[in-house]
Amino acid sequence: MTMILYIAVMAGVTYLIRMIPFTLFKKKIKSRFIQSVLYYIPYAVLSAMTFPSIFYSTGNTVTAVAGTVIAVILAYFRLPLTVVALSACGVALITGFII
Amino acid sequence: MKSPFKKGLSDGIPIALGYFSVSFGFGIMSVQSGLTALQAIIISLTNLTSAGQAAGVGIIAAGGTLVEMALTQLVINLRYSLMGLSLSQKLSDRFTTIHRMIASFGITDEIFAVASSQTEKLVPSYMYGLILIASMGWTGGTAAGALAGLGLPSTLTAAMGILLYGMFIAIIIPAARASKKDLIVICLAAVFSIGCKLIFPALSSGFAIIISAVAAAVVGALLFPITPAETEAEEK
Repeated sequence: MTMILYIAVMAGVTYLIRMIPFTLFKKKIKSRFIQSVLYYIPYAVLSAMTFPSIFYSTGNTVTAVAGTVIAVILAYFRLPLTVVALSACGVALITGFII
Repeated sequence: MKSPFKKGLSDGIPIALGYFSVSFGFGIMSVQSGLTALQAIIISLTNLTSAGQAAGVGIIAAGGTLVEMALTQLVINLRYSLMGLSLSQKLSDRFTTIHRMIASFGITDEIFAVASSQTEKLVPSYMYGLILIASMGWTGGTAAGALAGLGLPSTLTAAMGILLYGMFIAIIIPAARASKKDLIVICLAAVFSIGCKLIFPALSSGFAIIISAVAAAVVGALLFPITPAETEAEEK
């Protein structure tokens, strides 16, 4: 019973956080400043989420840095998402066997 | 020309693969914390978020209060409000209130990233394709991890931790290559985020991300406000 309450609170709060701004905000934003902030937010969020967390993502900084370097190189040449992600994982795995 | 739903499914495959590996770890962790496999699966099906779920299971395992649960989810997941606001500017007229209420369930870091990198306006069926396949990967990985995870070699599960970050890199680097303004904002966000970690290690990762991203975006907006032409290009 307690477990159901825990899960309901978790899911309910998480849903409302997502639903309220997405559903209620229907106007086009006119302010050039706010438009600019919203334009930059996606890349800023992704970058802040990736760094520095990616360096801890494999439990070993050396394998994580090796994977990061490969991901950056492949992404620079605009390879598809899956290729970049799987290559980073593969290089991290192989580096783990070498060191 | 693929239907938007099929395009959503196919764009969501890397997300689903990345999710499978991350939620595999979540499944293992849940069972180790004393949850049943079914409980872990229900959590993944109803929450669809990584950091929030991991913290939630920690609170359950420690016997925390419901208020603590609600506050923790609020802080860690508040970034979804920001993402929802940003995406709300990109929706086609087909996004009625009911579609918004359904699709908002699937706003995650990765779905937001892929959706906001689309050049055309977002239609509900595209979002549903993305969310459906991502949710299958997330819930499927949780089930696999909860039921069978302890058998995999740990070297493999460790390396899989980088998958989702690899996907983020694949989104931000081409943007940084194409536009110097985007490059500067991306670098600023990374520097702020690393700075938060070094200077305020006690700050929760959810707050650190919100602060770093908003600060970088505000600096970007002040230094390089986007021109109306760029806004129109976004709206096509």
